[in-house]
Amino acid sequence: MPGLTVVFTEWVSKNPPYGLSIYTPEYYQHVLTSVQRVAIAFGLATLLGVPFGLLLGWSRKFKDFVFPVFEILRPIPALAWVPLAILMFKGTESPVIFITFLPAFFATTLNTMLGVHSIDESYIRAAYCLGAKRAQIFRHVVLPGALPFIFTGLQISMGVGWFSLVAGEMISGEYGLGYVIYSGYTLVSYPVIAIGMITLGLVGWISSALVRIVGTSLMQWRVRSLGLGDGS
Amino acid sequence: MRLAEEMKKRLFDPTRLRAIFAIVVFVVLWELGSRSKDWFGYAAPWISVIPAPDAVIVVWWGLLGDAGYWQSGYLSLLRVLSGFGAALLIGVPLGLLMALSRNFYGIVFPTFEVLRPIPPLAWVPAAIIFWPTQELSIAFITFLGAFYTIVINTVDGAKSIDPRYFEAARAMGSSGWDVFRRIILPGTLPSITLGAAVGMGIVWEVVVAAEMISGGGSSMGGAGASGAGGGLGFFIWNSYTGGSYEQIVVGMLSIGIAGYLSSGGLRMLGEWITPWLRVR
Amino acid sequence: MSATPLHKKVATRGHLKIQDAHKVYDPEGAAVLAVDNCSLEIQPGEICMIVGPSGCGKTTLLNAIAGFHSLTSGTIHLDGEMLCGPGKPKAEPGADRIVVFQNGALFPWKTNLENVAFGPIMQGTMSPQEAREKARAIMADAGLSGMENNYPGEISSGVRRRVEIVRALMNDPKVLLLDEPYRALDSLTKSVMHEALLEIYYRNQVTIFFITHDLEEAIFLGHRVVIMTTRPCKPKKILTVDIPHPRDYSVLTSPRFRELMDETMEAVHEEAVKAFAAGEREG
Ligand SMILES: Nc1ncnc2c1ncn2[C@@H]1O[C@H](COP(=O)(O)OP(=O)(O)OP(=O)(O)O)[C@@H](O)[C@H]1O
Ligand SMILES: [Mg+2]
Repeated sequence: MPGLTVVFTEWVSKNPPYGLSIYTPEYYQHVLTSVQRVAIAFGLATLLGVPFGLLLGWSRKFKDFVFPVFEILRPIPALAWVPLAILMFKGTESPVIFITFLPAFFATTLNTMLGVHSIDESYIRAAYCLGAKRAQIFRHVVLPGALPFIFTGLQISMGVGWFSLVAGEMISGEYGLGYVIYSGYTLVSYPVIAIGMITLGLVGWISSALVRIVGTSLMQWRVRSLGLGDGS
Repeated sequence: MRLAEEMKKRLFDPTRLRAIFAIVVFVVLWELGSRSKDWFGYAAPWISVIPAPDAVIVVWWGLLGDAGYWQSGYLSLLRVLSGFGAALLIGVPLGLLMALSRNFYGIVFPTFEVLRPIPPLAWVPAAIIFWPTQELSIAFITFLGAFYTIVINTVDGAKSIDPRYFEAARAMGSSGWDVFRRIILPGTLPSITLGAAVGMGIVWEVVVAAEMISGGGSSMGGAGASGAGGGLGFFIWNSYTGGSYEQIVVGMLSIGIAGYLSSGGLRMLGEWITPWLRVR
Repeated sequence: MSATPLHKKVATRGHLKIQDAHKVYDPEGAAVLAVDNCSLEIQPGEICMIVGPSGCGKTTLLNAIAGFHSLTSGTIHLDGEMLCGPGKPKAEPGADRIVVFQNGALFPWKTNLENVAFGPIMQGTMSPQEAREKARAIMADAGLSGMENNYPGEISSGVRRRVEIVRALMNDPKVLLLDEPYRALDSLTKSVMHEALLEIYYRNQVTIFFITHDLEEAIFLGHRVVIMTTRPCKPKKILTVDIPHPRDYSVLTSPRFRELMDETMEAVHEEAVKAFAAGEREG
């Protein structure tokens, strides 16, 4: 493995010997491609997973009918879907996005459902007492009550999304950070591998930080309740 | 009499009936979707390329007598267990040390946090370069998959132990070893179990991916032509390149079952070593 | 000064009548008879205190009145209107009977003001603007000004209970159903809570159905104390507390209070011993 100095000089070099640095446009193209894929997959997973999880948690019947199938599919690793994804979705872009989407969707759905289950029954009863209808309870009790779990789910979703994306890009792809790492290996340009890894870590870290920031801004009540009051 | 009633109730439990119904509907829809082109002259989107369940079962049945299939499963399981075992053996002591020693925590944790966001599979090329054999590099990546989760959970678990227990133990004159054995270890076990369960899921993902990457780009090499040398991940990839799509689904379902069983086994083990958490 | 003292105001609503209530729980075939042949009538504006051994079925009865679950048989009327009875085993939960829960059920994600204003907004009886104004006023009346924009997690648990009761009163309920609301509080906070509750009660004269394990609390607050039998639960003895309202903490030391305490204690102890023995048998 190359030393850190070699990697770093390559990374900030205006004329990188291995062809990849913060001054080469390809670098940004790779980053952008990966970010775009994760953003689409994560967005879809959130858009579909949150309502789906809420429904699973809220309606006993819906859960009884749907959850068994969900539980059969869930233990299959996302990467095992690669060949089918290539067969099902034409082109190179959709299969990679599908592979990224799948585990993110499972994580989001499952945590959202657990979030609904975690809501203390007395909140729901209190809302009924105060004259709320089912739809109102969904909006004012179930949704905010599940929010902490939903955001835990989104954190996990972001993590597994990047995880699968890298594998997907290594197996099939022409752009993206996973591809950078893999081609660095096949072309024996080892500093490129390290640059790819460091960049991945950085981008991954930033994306989870973003999710965390959105979470705290949506859940001010949790921030303000922590540490204050007497806790009982 | 009483027993018969009980049995009846169990059998006709609505949740169970609905589950059976759901799975039957799922399989029927899958069959219809897969055969939509032959039967209705209209190819349903996406699903029509997936082999039909009855075809999958026929192929699966044939594979049950195939030594290569079992060899693949055995190989994947071996990789999962060795990577997972290593993560447990190294991760738990490391996590405990981090929780117990402020200095150690200060040194190790920042490094840990810098490395953690890098997905395990990004380590594949680096691991191949670093480790002398392919098997060792797969083991290393598998190890990484479970390692972070186990360490983090161990640290959190040990840190969440009520400090009053330590004071009580000290007041009663317990030695350091006693405190460790009777308070820290049992106090941390539940969260270690949790971390291990999550880690087990990741480990299967990693093993499958590593096996596929080694098959997809032949550069990692070493896999036999039959796919038997490469584990279930390679089995799937090999079925794909060889055009036997039914085998892809067989591989996927096999991995699903193996993953499900190993998490289930782990959960049972976890319950067995934390008997005080059992609900009456 | 008003012409009639607040506590002399005569309540005209909140007449609760329970007749022959039965409740059997049936989880997996093991029938548990929780309430059996239980009849009880509570007058408008009465504070009725319910005491009884742990697990005897008090909460079960309260849940049936609130409409959280059904009765196996029996009828419950509120002001002549049938809540549940033949052909309608489960009452509809509604804002005329509001429960204050043991562990508190203020929504932690809403500010105290939003919590108090919640009921009328949900029922559509007030615009959100009106509801907030009224909530502000009613909170000020209860001495809760200045914490409208705090979240429940930011205030002490004693204050939280008060906010919760105010949230209930905001809906002008006929009956308040309290299930050991002060159980988790220390005795000092508890005494403050009792006086605050009585003050609110003198102002509103709402009927109160109050479950407790604290006999002192029961006698101090109640017009009557209903001592329940061990499971299945029904009234074993009904004690009328002939100490006039308004009460303050000085009554605790009065001889009459001690006498009532002794009388209650004896009856409760008898049932507690029975319950304990039954528990031993069940293992
Ligand atoms: N949902 C349920 N299913 C089955 N049994 C139940 C259920 N809820 C309560 N029970 C049983 O019914 C009995 C009465 O319960 P309940 O909660 O009404 O007692 P309680 O008088 O409120 O007790 P506590 O004073 O401890 O609050 C108990 O033995 C309890 O185990
Ligand atoms: Mg109770």
